[in-house]
Amino acid sequence: MKFFGVKNLRVSTKEGKEILSGVDFEINKSETVVLIGPNGAGKSTVAGAIMGDGRFITSGSVKFLGEEILSLPVSERAKKGIFMSFQNPVEVPGITTTEMIRSVLEDKRGGFVLLDEVREGISENAKKLGTNIWFSERELNVGFSGGEKKKNEILQMLALSPKLVILDEIDSGLDVDASTRISKILRDYQKESGCSYLIITHNMRVLRHLEPTRAILMKEGSVYAVGDQKMLKTVEKNGFKAFFEQISEKGVK
Amino acid sequence: MKGLTKELVLGLSQRKKEPVWVRNLRLSGLKAWGKLEMPKWAPDISELKLDEIETYVKPEMEMVSSWEEVPNEIRKTFDELGIPEAEKEGLAGVGAQYDSETIYHNLKREVEKQGVVYLPIEEALRDKKYAKIVKEHFMKLVLPDEHKFAALHAAVFSGGSFIYVPPFTEVEVPLQSYYRLNAPGAGQFEHTLIIVDEGANLHFIEGCSAPKYNVANLHAGAVEIFVNKNAHMKFSTVESWSKNMYNLNTKRAIVEEGGEIEWVTGSFGSKVTMLYPMTILAGTGAKCEYTGVTFAGKGQIIDNGAKVVHAAPNTCSTINTKSLSRDDGVSISRTLANILPGAVGAKAFIDCKSLILNGGAKAEAMPEVRVGEMDAEAAHEASVGKISEEALYYLMSRGLSEEKARTLIVRGFTSEISKELPVEYAMEMNNLIRMEMEGTA
Repeated sequence: MKFFGVKNLRVSTKEGKEILSGVDFEINKSETVVLIGPNGAGKSTVAGAIMGDGRFITSGSVKFLGEEILSLPVSERAKKGIFMSFQNPVEVPGITTTEMIRSVLEDKRGGFVLLDEVREGISENAKKLGTNIWFSERELNVGFSGGEKKKNEILQMLALSPKLVILDEIDSGLDVDASTRISKILRDYQKESGCSYLIITHNMRVLRHLEPTRAILMKEGSVYAVGDQKMLKTVEKNGFKAFFEQISEKGVK
Repeated sequence: MKGLTKELVLGLSQRKKEPVWVRNLRLSGLKAWGKLEMPKWAPDISELKLDEIETYVKPEMEMVSSWEEVPNEIRKTFDELGIPEAEKEGLAGVGAQYDSETIYHNLKREVEKQGVVYLPIEEALRDKKYAKIVKEHFMKLVLPDEHKFAALHAAVFSGGSFIYVPPFTEVEVPLQSYYRLNAPGAGQFEHTLIIVDEGANLHFIEGCSAPKYNVANLHAGAVEIFVNKNAHMKFSTVESWSKNMYNLNTKRAIVEEGGEIEWVTGSFGSKVTMLYPMTILAGTGAKCEYTGVTFAGKGQIIDNGAKVVHAAPNTCSTINTKSLSRDDGVSISRTLANILPGAVGAKAFIDCKSLILNGGAKAEAMPEVRVGEMDAEAAHEASVGKISEEALYYLMSRGLSEEKARTLIVRGFTSEISKELPVEYAMEMNNLIRMEMEGTA
């Protein structure tokens, strides 16, 4: 059974504007795949379509652990083990991260979960992240800085133990030290859980401690090239434009 | 006894062995009822037929001060509401009313020793020991002729509590009165009179509920609170009425120099609610803080809010309302801060937030500030919104079903109120919100 596969994924807005015009790729278990491409290439749309962003109209197929998930509600996808770290985490006033996670765990286990139990787990992870437990006792993302929001996404990811993690620009807003720290945390979590990553990023720092097996380069709503670490390095060095030109000269794709 | 007649009013007075001044007060209420018109600025309550309301329903027991003596049927109701349990665990005293009469009243001995008085209102009205203080305060804040339902209340009030906290007395745990309206088609008209003397501190909790019937019920109680110099009063309410109830309650407080009142209100259920606790800040530096949450579900009109009159310098008030509505429910948040000339340095702030949970529901915020003093500050904010799709998506992406995600967002919206309530009431409130969201309330 394939771990995760996207086939001929097409996405358009409700107004009928096409964003993705048939995307195909696969992710294996415990693999780290990096999704790159210039702004507007459709990377976040891929992430959103996998998670179930209601603003999109989708067609094609997204299979996770052998099951078609494209028509499932967002929460069902999450329950199956998909987690997405948002590019812009949403502020939810009046409830704390701890309370939110408690609700999710209660739902999962079908019984009462003590807040203290949730706190214990979070406090350990918060230490690794270099933040305090009070961080998760604040109202969910309300008034958080960009970096704090991203750290909070990682805290939630660790608390929910997902199998497939989509990180949409986890490093934007993070300082150098925090990026490195998160890279290590991601590595450790992968070792421990065997999870897979789909990482959308413009910055290779967050990949430092990870071993990306493949890079998918997107352009104008479809997959332009699939490569390895070498492609990542070339793009990082010369930029997308030079890369596209080089490839079109060679006439390969 | 149905409707409102002179015979009924006199009979009630006689049965309660009231002093003449109380009987006369009832008669003046009756007279005013005949003259006053139904409020025209408010929701339509023309379906309420007073002639069909049982204005007095006597439970089949006399008042006791031990739960053991309460007949099983009634005891069961209060057990289910958790009242005897709550009393054991952390209340200084409890009063329980069933339909028109107080059936249970008890004050912990140590609190009684502090000089705190907590009595059924009828006893306080009869008792010579309290005659002077009661007469000086009873229906002096809520006048028998000031509006239609105050008049009705004056004429047929029955049950309720009298509380007096002596100067500089700290009542460390809350007192609670619980009002249960169990008889179909009946009215409940309890009267609560609270005097917190100089420098004293009290937390009073009022709970109300009623089972479901097909006929209209009416609640027209009155609460009068006197907060003396430097005293502090917290008045918490969780009301959970059935959907056939007209909840037309009148609550009012007057706060003297340096005193403070906090209102915390959770208003659920009823067919129509019209309730606007009013605070008169009469002394320099007096303060009022009002926090309230309401929920208007199918077929409900919840017209709720607060009023504050700044009648002295450096007085300060905050009104914070949160209203929820769903289906065809209508939620109106009506608030007023009135700064009178001479209230130099007064500050008033109103914030009304409404959340519409689905398509057909309506919400309206009507914050009003009147500033009659140049050297004063007043501000208000109001917003009506829907549950954000973004927030729903975010929470659902964590594994919460849409319904659970909505409930969590709503709980967040109302968290300022639940934080102010004792934990078991906060839980009850969250539970009521959940039931309303599920449509099972």
